Amino acid sequence: METRHGVTQPLLEVQDLRVTYPSRQGGLAEVVRGVSFSLGQERLGLVGESGSGKSQTGRAIMGLTAPGGRVQAERLTLGDVDLLRCSETERRQLRGRRMAMVLQDPKFSLNPVMSIGAQIVETLQRHQSVSSRHARERALDALAAVQIDNPRRVFDLYPHEVSGGMGQRAMIAMMLIAEPQLLIADEPTSALDVTVQLEVLSILDRLVAERGMGLIFISHDLRLVSSFCDRVLVMYAGRIVEEVAAADLAHARHPYTQGLLECLPRLGEPRHPLPTLDRRAEWAQ
Amino acid sequence: MRGLSLNDVRVTFGDFVAVDAVSLDVAPGESFGIVGESGSGKSTVLRAICGLVPLARGSVSLTGAPGLPAPATQAFRRQVQMVFQDPYGSLHPRQTVDRMLAEPLAIHGFEQAEQRIEQALDDVGLGAGFRFRYPHQLSGGQRQRVAIARALILEPQVVLLDEPTSALDASVQAEVLNLLETLRRQKGLTFVMVSHDLAVVTHLCERLLVMQRGQMVEVVSAADLAAHRVSAEYTRSLMRASVGFQRA
Amino acid sequence: MNAPTSSPTQALGWKAWLLSERPSSRRQAALGRAYAGWLTFSRNRLAVVGLTTVAALVAVAALAPWLAPYPPTVGDLATQRLLPPSALHLLGTDDQGRDILSRLIFGARITLYVVLLVAVLAAPIGLVVGTVAGYAGGWVDGLLMRVTDIFLAFPRLILALAFVAALGPGIENAVIAIAITSWPPYARIARAETLTIRQADYILAVQLIGASPWRIVLRHIMPLCLSSVIVRVTLDMAGIILTAAGLGFLGLGAQPPTPEWGAMIANGRQFVLDQWWVAAAPGVAIFLVSLAFNLLGDGLRDALDPKSVK
Repeated sequence: METRHGVTQPLLEVQDLRVTYPSRQGGLAEVVRGVSFSLGQERLGLVGESGSGKSQTGRAIMGLTAPGGRVQAERLTLGDVDLLRCSETERRQLRGRRMAMVLQDPKFSLNPVMSIGAQIVETLQRHQSVSSRHARERALDALAAVQIDNPRRVFDLYPHEVSGGMGQRAMIAMMLIAEPQLLIADEPTSALDVTVQLEVLSILDRLVAERGMGLIFISHDLRLVSSFCDRVLVMYAGRIVEEVAAADLAHARHPYTQGLLECLPRLGEPRHPLPTLDRRAEWAQ
Repeated sequence: MRGLSLNDVRVTFGDFVAVDAVSLDVAPGESFGIVGESGSGKSTVLRAICGLVPLARGSVSLTGAPGLPAPATQAFRRQVQMVFQDPYGSLHPRQTVDRMLAEPLAIHGFEQAEQRIEQALDDVGLGAGFRFRYPHQLSGGQRQRVAIARALILEPQVVLLDEPTSALDASVQAEVLNLLETLRRQKGLTFVMVSHDLAVVTHLCERLLVMQRGQMVEVVSAADLAAHRVSAEYTRSLMRASVGFQRA
Repeated sequence: MNAPTSSPTQALGWKAWLLSERPSSRRQAALGRAYAGWLTFSRNRLAVVGLTTVAALVAVAALAPWLAPYPPTVGDLATQRLLPPSALHLLGTDDQGRDILSRLIFGARITLYVVLLVAVLAAPIGLVVGTVAGYAGGWVDGLLMRVTDIFLAFPRLILALAFVAALGPGIENAVIAIAITSWPPYARIARAETLTIRQADYILAVQLIGASPWRIVLRHIMPLCLSSVIVRVTLDMAGIILTAAGLGFLGLGAQPPTPEWGAMIANGRQFVLDQWWVAAAPGVAIFLVSLAFNLLGDGLRDALDPKSVK
C-alpha cells in the first residue's frame, strides 16, 4: 500500500522545538533540544529510550506539557494554525477535532467512573453538535470500526471491566470519532500482549490509511516501529540523531541506531554475549 | 548445583484457577524459561515455587542431592531467590543499597557482612560509590543490578527471574542479560526465567515451557524453537507475533 | 570525605558533601537525605514560620524561669488586681494580681507537656495497631479495627469527664483521656498505607529472604507509614491544645493555681467586658500556637510526601 506524503502543505511542521523544565537543583533542564521535522499524511515513528524526550515532544505538540515546563519553537504549526501562539481555548478546540492522542494504558487514560460509550459520546458532542441519539449511533459505529464484536454491550461497560486490548481499541475509537487529521500515539501497544498488539496495530493502520490521517507513533521498540511506520526518527538525549525510511533501517548510519539494532536479542541468531551500546558523549551534543 | 522439580502444581485464587497441572523438571545448572502471555500463569508458577502463593495441589522440591530443604523453610529460602520485574518497585524506597544488601545477611546470620556486600556489588558491576545511594538516585538498570546483587548475596543455587528485563530500555537489557549469563556461568546457578519475549528467553535459556491460561502447552528446547521445530499451534502463533507487524 | 578549609567555601563544601550523589558512608547518606528534606521543607515560607513559632514556644517553655518577669502563681491581691497592660505588666494582671505575661510563659510549659505526652502516647499505639492490622489481615485486622472503631466513638470531653469522675481532676488524667481518644485516626492512616505497601515487590523480596512478619512490619513497613502519621500528629496538635484548653475551661484539667491557658480563659470570662486582656491574652496564645502547628504540619506533609521526595 502506497502512502502519500503531503504534497502541498505538510500536516504538521515542527522546527527547533525545545521543552525546558526546572531541575531539582535549581536551574533548567532541557528535555527536548531542538527537534525539527515535518509530517504529511504518513506514519512517522519517533523512537527513543527513556529520557530521550520522545514523549515530551508528543505532549508539546498536543499542548499537554506539564505545568512548569516551557515550550519554545521556531515553528510549530498544524496546517495553518500556529500552535505556539493560539489561545488555550483554541487549543482545546483543536484537540479531538484536528489532533488527538492515544496513550499507553487504557486503565489510566480512560475515565474510570464513566462508561465507555458515555465517554465516546461526550467526545463527539464536544466537537460536533449532534443529537444524543445520533451521537450514540455514531459511537456504536466507532466501536464497530475498531472491531469490537458486540458494540452495544461494550458501550455500557466501564474501563475496568474490559481487557487491555479492548480498552485500547475503545480509546482509539474515542480519539478518532471527531475525525482528527493528526493522531499521536504514545506507546499505544506497550502495555498489551504481543498478539493483541498486532491486532490493535492493524486496526490503527487501517483507520489511518482510510482517513488519510497523519500518525506519529512514539515508542521505545525500534523493531516494531520500523515494521509499522513509513519513516523513523531516532531520538537521543532530546535530539533527533537519525531520520531514515523504515525500509532502510538496516542501513542506518548513526552509531546509536546501529547499536540499538545490534543489542536486541534475535530469535534464531544466538550471539553470546550480546553487543552492548557504547554510549559516546558526542551523541548528546 | 541444585535443580527443581514441580509435580502437578495447581494454584487457585478463590474460584479462579491460575495454574493447573504443571509438572516440570529443571536439571541442576540448567537455564529454563517459561513463556506466555498475560493470564498464562507464568509468574504465578514462580511465586508458587518460592512459596509466595499457596499450592492448591501438587508439590515443589529441590533436586540434585539427598536431604534438601522443603519449600517455605528458612533453609529453602537460602537456596532459592528471585529477581522481580519492576526495578522501580522491588527496592525499598527508604533504604540504601547497603542496608538492602545487609538485611538478608543479618537475617541468616552470615559473617563478614562488609566483604560480602562489597563483593556482591562488584559481581554485578556496581562500584563502591553506589553502596550508600537510595533507589531514587539510581537508574533502572542500576536498580535491577542491585536487585540481582540482593538475590545472589545469600549464595542461592536456584535463581528465579520474573521478566527481569522487560521494564528496561533495550540497551540496558542487553547489559543485564550479559550480566546474568556471566553470573550463571561463574557461580553454577540454575535459572528459571519467565518472559513474554521469545527472543529474550531463547537467548538466555536452554529449554522452555509455553503456557496458556494456566496450562502447559509444550516444552521445547531453545534450539528447536529457533528452527521452528514446534508442535503446538499456539507456540507457532507466538512465534509469528514476535516477528513484528506485517502489513497484509 | 572532603575537608573544606577556607571559610567562605566551607559552607559550599558541606552542602556539596551532603548533596553528593556518591555518599561513602551510612551517615553521609542519611544526613544527605535529611538535608534534602530540609531544603524541600524550607522552600515553603509559611511552614518555616510555623516551625519558628513552635521552636520559640519550646524556647520560652525551657527558659521560663528566666524569661518571666514575675512569679506566675503569686499575686498582690491588694494593689495589683486587674491592671491593664502597661510598661510594668506587659499584658496586665488578672483578678488575683498575678502578671499575665508570666503566667502565659509558664503556661507554655504545660501546653508543651500536654502536646508531647499525647503525641508520644497516641502515635505509637496508632502506628502499631494500624500496621499490624494492615499486614496481618484476616481476623486480626477485623478485631483491631473494631477496637479502633470503639475508641473512635468516644467523644473526648465525655471521656475526660468520666476519667475525672473516676480518678479525680488533674493534668495527667486529662492527658490520658485525650491520648486514648486520639490514636484511632493514626491507626487508620497506618493501616491504609500498609495495605498499599504490602503488595509491593520490595516487601515480597524481604519475605522471600526469610524475614519474620514482625521484622517486616517494624523495620520495613513502619518507616514508610511514619511520615503520614507524623504529619497527622502535627496537624492534630492544634486540636489537642484546644481540647486541653477546653478541659481546663471546664475545670477538668490543670487545677488552680497552675497557669494553664484554657483555665486562664475560663477565669477571665467573668471580666471579659471590662478587663478583656485577662481572657484575650491566653486566647491569642492558643490561636498562635495552634496556627503554628498547622503550618508546620502542612509543610511537613509536602516535605515528607514520598511522591514529592524524589
